[in-house]
Amino acid sequence: MTDILRTEELKIYYGQNEAVKGVDLTFTENSVTALIGPSGCGKSTFLRALNRMNDEIPGSRMTGNIWIDGKNINAPDTDVTVLRQNIGMVWQRPNPFYKSIYANIAFGPKYHGVRNKAELDNIVEDSLRKAALWDEVKDRLHTSALSLSGGQQQRLCIARALSVQPKILLLDEPASALDPVSTAKIEETILQLKEQLCIVIVTHNMQQAARISGHTAYFYMGRLVEYDKTEKIFTNPSDPMTQEYISGRFG
Amino acid sequence: MKANHETPPFMKANQETPLLFRKHRAEEWIGRIYTTFCVALLIVIIVSIVYFVASKGVSTFAVNGVSLSGFLFGQNWQPDSDKFGALPFIFGSFVTSLLAAVIASPLSVCAALFMTEITPNWGKKVLQPVVELLAGIPSVVYGFIGLSVLVPFLRSVFPGQGIGVAAGSIVLSIMILPTITSIATDALASLPRNLKEASYGLGATRWQTISGVVIPTVLPSILTGVVLGMARAFGEALAVQMVIGNAPHIPSSLFESASTLTSVITLNMSNTVMGSVQNNALWSMALILLLMTFVFVLVVRLLERRTKI
Ligand SMILES: Nc1ncnc2c1ncn2[C@@H]1O[C@H](COP(=O)(O)OP(=O)(O)OP(=O)(O)O)[C@@H](O)[C@H]1O
Ligand SMILES: [Mg+2]
Repeated sequence: MTDILRTEELKIYYGQNEAVKGVDLTFTENSVTALIGPSGCGKSTFLRALNRMNDEIPGSRMTGNIWIDGKNINAPDTDVTVLRQNIGMVWQRPNPFYKSIYANIAFGPKYHGVRNKAELDNIVEDSLRKAALWDEVKDRLHTSALSLSGGQQQRLCIARALSVQPKILLLDEPASALDPVSTAKIEETILQLKEQLCIVIVTHNMQQAARISGHTAYFYMGRLVEYDKTEKIFTNPSDPMTQEYISGRFG
Repeated sequence: MKANHETPPFMKANQETPLLFRKHRAEEWIGRIYTTFCVALLIVIIVSIVYFVASKGVSTFAVNGVSLSGFLFGQNWQPDSDKFGALPFIFGSFVTSLLAAVIASPLSVCAALFMTEITPNWGKKVLQPVVELLAGIPSVVYGFIGLSVLVPFLRSVFPGQGIGVAAGSIVLSIMILPTITSIATDALASLPRNLKEASYGLGATRWQTISGVVIPTVLPSILTGVVLGMARAFGEALAVQMVIGNAPHIPSSLFESASTLTSVITLNMSNTVMGSVQNNALWSMALILLLMTFVFVLVVRLLERRTKI
């Protein structure tokens, strides 16, 4: 498996507060990596650094390197629009645009230059199929996205992220607001997407991490405590702190 | 589980509260009576105003026998020889308030975007109070400034006397700027942040995000602001009257003198005798203004319903 994304000595600050304190992590193609750790340990901050979403937060800074395709994206001349096209993101709470289902998916491709109607139709269908939503919405593509259930909205957001053909998908607790059935569907989707993408997922659900991820990284207070195969982390972690966390003694 | 024969604390508390309950009930009644009274008073006032204006306005046609179509579509306004064609004024009111909205809306939306999206801090601390100040300036001041600054300017640049439809529209547009701006600002500020994030996350630029997500999402609210602004322009009398020239005809250019419903009412009301046909004709115009207000309120209602998709 080839490495696709690597962080080196990544430090992220909000004003004076150092939220991520030097993290080195490597992600490979066609893999799912879970980021776990207690609330406030910097998982979301780390995740948002990978597609430079922290740029939108006033007062946040970052040092260190993030390598993708041999380029350091933490350089001032990085074109963040191209970067974010390559690294898609899905948030904890579904955030569909106040538009039709179709327009939600077509939004990104349009801005990246797809004008042809037939081509857009294809992208919409393809993205919705990948997100396992097509069958549920194919007859009402032009109704408001807000008329969907929470779980459907979240899968719509995944489809929307896939619409611009990213190579990497960042998921920040994508199922934490959903019922078990929707969660199962999302996990299924993630496992299918793994065949084509590198996926990084933040989750508080240990079973979920165990079910879907190949590798797991345990964060604590802005540091990467342990990174290993998911199996290893959940059966025989080398760090006692990880052991405590996954057995639910704290966090 | 161990048996527990003591009354649980929450039950005990309940036994001691009847007195408290009664006290609250009295308060509730006083509040209820007081608010009901206020609402009733309000309704009585509104209904009597509407009734008064309507009865006066209708009597132009019912009692004095002026033809309704002649009033609405006639272009000849000579009250002394019983010619009551009010079309020039209706036309003037619509044209000036529409033009004012056309001028003010883009400016207001851009100002609101600047305050919320570009410089949120500075916008909130400095610009918003300035805009609110603009809303508090009395209309006579706007008219005065229009007359002493805008009219001479228009006269020197364009043909005509400076006074006229253009001057009226511009003064009105400045007056409604704060209305539209503050409504648009509130709407933009209340936009969920994660919608913008979603757009940035797809690689859209700031401008693409503003034009593709932010504005479409708050459009119904912005339109509400525009309609309220137009309503204000439609009803404004003093400032317009000072710069529009008050000629009773339909102008053929923007720089020609004209009149609006409000300016005619304010100019003529003291020259007519209560109960005369001339006086009633003014009430008919007031009735038109009132009906237009209802229309504006209705439109705002419809827009608000659309906001909650
Ligand atoms: N926008 C922000 N401005 C300032 N500080 C922030 C901001 N976002 C996060 N932080 C701080 O950075 C630290 C890490 O936050 P982060 O959101 O990355 O945690 P997390 O691991 O995702 O937690 P959770 O599991 O609760 O989502 C916290 O101490 C938090 O207070
Ligand atoms: Mg988080």
